[in-house]
Amino acid sequence: MSEQTLTLDDHEHHEHGPAKGLLRWVFTTNHKDIGTLYLIFSLTMFFIGGMMAMVIRAELFQPGLQLVEPGFFNQMTTMHGLIMVFGAVMPGFVGLANWQIPLMVGAPDMALPRMNNWSFWILPFAFTMLLSTLFMDGGAPDFGWTFYAPLSTTYAPPSVTFFIFAIHMMGISSIMGAMNIIVTLFNMRAPGMSLMQMPMFAWSWLITAFLLVAVMPVLAAVVTMMLMDIHFATSFFSAAGGGDPVLFQHIFWFFGHPEVYIMILPAFGVVSQILPTFSRKPLFGYHSMVYALIAIAILSFVVWAHHMFTVGMPIGGQLFFMYSTMLIAVPTGVKIFNWVATMFKGSLSFETPMLFAVAFVVLFTIGGFSGIMLAIAPIDFQYQDTYFVVAHFHYVLVPGAVFGIVAGVYYWLPKWCGKMYDESLGKTHFWLSFIGLNLTFFPMHFVGLAGMPRRIPDYSLQFADFNMMASMGAFLFGASQLVFVYLVIKAIRSGEKAAQVPWESAEGLEWTLPTPLPYHTFTTPPVFESKL
Amino acid sequence: MEHSSDEYYVPDQSIWPIVGAIAMFLMLGGTGSALIDLQNSEHISLSSSIIMYSGMAILIFMLFGWFGNVIEESRRGAYSAQVDISFRYGMTWFIFSEVMFFLAFFGVLYYARTFSVPWLGGEGDKGISHMLWPDFVATWPLLTPPNPELFMPIKEVIDPWHLPLINTILLVTSSFTVTFAHHALRHGERAKIKIWLAITLVFGIIFLGLQAEEYIEAYQQLDLTLNSGIYGATFFLLTGFHGLHVTIGSIILFILLIRVIKGHFTPDNHFGFEAGSWYWHFVDVVWLLLFVVVYVF
Repeated sequence: MSEQTLTLDDHEHHEHGPAKGLLRWVFTTNHKDIGTLYLIFSLTMFFIGGMMAMVIRAELFQPGLQLVEPGFFNQMTTMHGLIMVFGAVMPGFVGLANWQIPLMVGAPDMALPRMNNWSFWILPFAFTMLLSTLFMDGGAPDFGWTFYAPLSTTYAPPSVTFFIFAIHMMGISSIMGAMNIIVTLFNMRAPGMSLMQMPMFAWSWLITAFLLVAVMPVLAAVVTMMLMDIHFATSFFSAAGGGDPVLFQHIFWFFGHPEVYIMILPAFGVVSQILPTFSRKPLFGYHSMVYALIAIAILSFVVWAHHMFTVGMPIGGQLFFMYSTMLIAVPTGVKIFNWVATMFKGSLSFETPMLFAVAFVVLFTIGGFSGIMLAIAPIDFQYQDTYFVVAHFHYVLVPGAVFGIVAGVYYWLPKWCGKMYDESLGKTHFWLSFIGLNLTFFPMHFVGLAGMPRRIPDYSLQFADFNMMASMGAFLFGASQLVFVYLVIKAIRSGEKAAQVPWESAEGLEWTLPTPLPYHTFTTPPVFESKL
Repeated sequence: MEHSSDEYYVPDQSIWPIVGAIAMFLMLGGTGSALIDLQNSEHISLSSSIIMYSGMAILIFMLFGWFGNVIEESRRGAYSAQVDISFRYGMTWFIFSEVMFFLAFFGVLYYARTFSVPWLGGEGDKGISHMLWPDFVATWPLLTPPNPELFMPIKEVIDPWHLPLINTILLVTSSFTVTFAHHALRHGERAKIKIWLAITLVFGIIFLGLQAEEYIEAYQQLDLTLNSGIYGATFFLLTGFHGLHVTIGSIILFILLIRVIKGHFTPDNHFGFEAGSWYWHFVDVVWLLLFVVVYVF
């Protein structure tokens, strides 16, 4: 079934549906299949990484060492971070991109469909390799998701070698996935759709894909140098040979800071699609939204050392990175005000996607504010490596990135599977998640400001109450994600048939297609008429 | 350009991506366990090498199969002008990602020369680190690392005006010869294509031979090794990854030569050739930068 049997005259080929059997999912070149694979993979990783978070919160439920060894605790924090970043959030957004970008720009598929399949299928192997380190001698990586040298070189467990190769595979997958998206958006838009008429989700992914192609090779380079230091006696990150451990941090964060925008820009895109629909108004300030995205992307390359204020940096460097970081608040503020202006005087209704999108705007802004606090170099000396940092990045990642993905799934699920989900279950999922995550992460601000260090399995007695609250919130948040799984399965199996446009006043090419979607769409490009 | 279809060509199912993913998993997993074997004992275990080499073999099998499909589809005329543009954009962004990969290594070299080595020598903002090794004198090229017991001193560095200069001339010339081959291809002069492409390939192989000779000289006579501190580390990483890319480029040129001999390319439809030559030019540009900042200055 693998061989290419089609001949060009065989036009009927394009009409037929998916191949039979489970192997269809392995050999597929269809963007919808691959999008589904990415989303299922992302959800699986979300639960695996989530279980690790549960271990962390269970250990931190009370002061003292109760459940796990401190070494294992370190493995849990490390693996939780790596899996959530590379396994849950990034593939989640690529899944949305795979499903939606061809539908939104009127393309028959992704530009390079076979490479698209490869991008996905590398991931299960990469994560098999990464997760297998948990069962190796010396345990899994335990040096934090930022894997600073020399913790990750001189003092690392032997499994670090497999960690390095797993990162290489994830990098190759991401680069190919990003290239595919760039090529699709540049080359496959429906005739008549200029770049400045693309839907915001497509724009956000174009910028994200550019960031990915630019910084994933830098990540590959830094893990390669780690590999050399560990196995080939080089001294990139050893001062004894003229290198510098701080050099590791510079290269890592040159990748790492654009990486955090890679994890949030597509969520900006999703929210920019959802808010206009449920406000029954066009997006406010489309052009400024696009320019803000571009500005954020450019600035993301010149702010990396704000992650390193306390390692010892010349005062000039601290000032530069402090001001450049605070500058990012300007384009981000433009986006937040535009979202608010989109809703202003709109005819709002609060279906589940809208609930998640509105929560995104509010809670992401809290994460943004704590980010500005952390950007101020003298203040950062107090916050560095405390739970305040943990609170900050979980506020941008959970109600930011994760809510972005979930909102997108609720918004487009009726189009993908042709069935409506259960609205009251959706609202239940939202409210449980909303309460759970705020209960988890909001107290972390206070314990962080009071000096509780991150990545430590024990804490001082005065932090006990807030930590217990955070743990209960985490268990609630974790459990409420099961509602989501149940809801999706229920929608696919027995949901009510969805209308072609399930949302009043939803706009875009994807809604011009019939529901349920045919296996191949837009085999001949649609005519795009601009409303701008 | 001949295109027999107006529709964008969306290939049917393909076995090759999953074969490639398995190959990558075996190759990297095998390499990883081989490296850990070497850490624990002096030799690589049989199982590690079997996994590693079978991964490589499957990868080669996959490349033949996948590219074979693409070539067959291209020659059948399945690719419209729009597909051709997709390939062009794809290759461009691939090369851009390679540029970023090398940029990181050049950045390391810059950082070592501008910051870490002078700091360890007592200069600049973090000159206090001089107290770690008070006898250390900062120089570039860094012949004696701060701790000469952990990282071996170098006797001498490579003379840029000997082998590296010859290599520079070879690679720059080969960038021209591959362009001559492309011109010949556009004019349909098959004999000339073969000659110019063969010359390019020969230059690439001579480059690799000279590079190997330089490495042997470095290890045997100059004590310049991976273990000789940041100079040796950056030297071998930059030239080594460049050499790897020349190797890949030479393999690409070799395949292109075979395809020219088989008559695969037409004056209007030869993107495979162009992609190969773009890659070769990229390798050339990296070398020029490398020659200047690694060898000369």
